[in-house]
Amino acid sequence: MDIRVQEVPFDLGHEVEVFTDRQINMGAVVTFTGITRDLPGAGMDRMEMEHYPGMTERALTQIAEEALARWDLGDVLIIHRYGILRPQDRIMMVATASRHRAHAFEAAEFLMDYLKSRAPFWKKEVTVDGSDWVAAKEDDEKALDRW
Amino acid sequence: MDVLYFAWVRERIGIPREKVDTTATTVAELVEELKAREERYQAAFADLSALRVALDQDLSDFDASLDGVREVAFFPPMTGG
Repeated sequence: MDIRVQEVPFDLGHEVEVFTDRQINMGAVVTFTGITRDLPGAGMDRMEMEHYPGMTERALTQIAEEALARWDLGDVLIIHRYGILRPQDRIMMVATASRHRAHAFEAAEFLMDYLKSRAPFWKKEVTVDGSDWVAAKEDDEKALDRW
Repeated sequence: MDVLYFAWVRERIGIPREKVDTTATTVAELVEELKAREERYQAAFADLSALRVALDQDLSDFDASLDGVREVAFFPPMTGG
């Protein structure tokens, strides 16, 4: 398990290569990448990602441990950035490795669903007109029900 | 105990953390104590359904006991990913 919370950018290709190379006998690696979107018509300047140092690492570790317990996984990687993010920046990534792809896909979805609502991050969108905290979506909370 | 605020809760209260001497036994009692202090706390805690609380860095709820707790954090629902 590899959990990283960092301000600096990460190299997606490099991370996937390194993660894949260190697996033994895993038939499948699934990765998900979150990217900062522009706001249609709003002219987004940046997104500010705040987090709760200490609790963030703890929450991500708990979520990863849960995934390792529920699926047949060889490994889990979570990288999540905080600080200032511009449109097109990579915000975060997860990777899962498994002997079989179904487990790798499902576990990656589980990690994303839980991470969105249970890891202490908060997004603020800053446009030319001002700034606003992004409100949590009801659907994100509902997404947890299926697990 | 240490009380921490994040996102718009932090902005409304105006500080990221503070030491609070309290006799409150539950989170809800602590919230009432804080609200009685100043208007900025009332603004932050006006709607508890819009807030989440963590005790010693684990998500909890407003009925929870503060017994043995060293760090309380208040924040809006999380929006990571």
